[in-house]
Amino acid sequence: MVNKERIWDLMEEVFDPEVPVLTIMDLGIVRDVVQIDDYWKISITPTYSGCPAMKTIEDDIIEKLGEYGIENVSVELVLSPAWTTDWLTESGKKKLKEYGIAPPVDEVDKSVLFADPPIVPCPRCDSKNTKMISQFGSTACKAHYQCQECLEPFDYFKCLK
Amino acid sequence: MNTLFEYLVRLGDDSLILGHRLSEWCGHGPILEEDIAMTNIALDLVGQATSIFKYAGEVEDKGRNEDDIAFLRFDKDYKNALLVEQPNEDFGVTMMRQFLFDAFRKPLFEQLTKSSDKHLAAIAEKSLKETKYHLKHSAEWVIRLGDGTEESHGRVQDALNTLWRYTDELFFSNEVDADLRSKGIVFSSEELKATWSEMVKEVLAQATLSIPDNGWQHDGGRKGLHSEHLGYILAELQYMQRAYPGMEW
Repeated sequence: MVNKERIWDLMEEVFDPEVPVLTIMDLGIVRDVVQIDDYWKISITPTYSGCPAMKTIEDDIIEKLGEYGIENVSVELVLSPAWTTDWLTESGKKKLKEYGIAPPVDEVDKSVLFADPPIVPCPRCDSKNTKMISQFGSTACKAHYQCQECLEPFDYFKCLK
Repeated sequence: MNTLFEYLVRLGDDSLILGHRLSEWCGHGPILEEDIAMTNIALDLVGQATSIFKYAGEVEDKGRNEDDIAFLRFDKDYKNALLVEQPNEDFGVTMMRQFLFDAFRKPLFEQLTKSSDKHLAAIAEKSLKETKYHLKHSAEWVIRLGDGTEESHGRVQDALNTLWRYTDELFFSNEVDADLRSKGIVFSSEELKATWSEMVKEVLAQATLSIPDNGWQHDGGRKGLHSEHLGYILAELQYMQRAYPGMEW
């Protein structure tokens, strides 16, 4: 029986193509599931405006539901309220760290221009003696850091508020 | 005239053309981190342009989608400010152009989050978060280069001298803005300029750079009258759609 809860559950089986340890539920980008007449409308929100994964995620949702025989599905992109890293689930943050990506830490508002970069513990050795290499990393949602203790370079899933 | 459509085109064209300019750095950045930073920012800008043009197509209601608006107009239909189409030149020029623009876009998006047009407010809310990162990046580079070596100082001062004449146009306002202001969709450009000036003065002072004495200013972009550079950008940007109309991949 297909009901709303079933659709939400299945969203746990759709993974982020760029950070494949996270499901789209971990990311907090699934905003709404509604049934309209004979089809399901699923609303998702982008992490960043130019996130190239959105189209893939849309296709993956349709494919995943299709595997369970749910065919009439439309995926809608909503922009407001804008995504924030506060929507990352606790289990998502844990998975990120295990994967070697430092999860977001609370940062001061970026409108404060010359604030020091946040202290991001190394996901491997937990040292706080780390250094920001670049605010921009391998994808829009990540910054590039290096641990000064174990010398491991790592990605930081940057805070977006 | 559909004033909201006109305004959205200005906003989207600023994002698209600057995004395209930054993407020209792909594979040419002075260091790997900057190559990645500039292309990340380009991606944000092109993403913003996509949302804005998509909405512009709905507002216009003539069946055009975001790709039609991005790729299938002629030069005079583009309403970006002249600043964003200026060539990349060296890294100093690119960062100065970016800083002058980011310092304008951040307060602009802050204003637009309060727009009575809910869709525009949503785009602004999303874009503002990204723009804060862009501004931090470009402002830090302007300071580092300005307050750096004699060579870097000289180059960014030259960049400022060249680009300063394109800054007033960012606050261009005509009957389009007046109409939208009366509906609470957009807000005062004087207020915007005051916020921008304050930010620019603060950063340039830290960078030990001086604002050029010559206050002469260009305009034209918002009216569709561009510098010689836009045509070359469009030739590259539109090539595939012009050569193979309607192609997809």
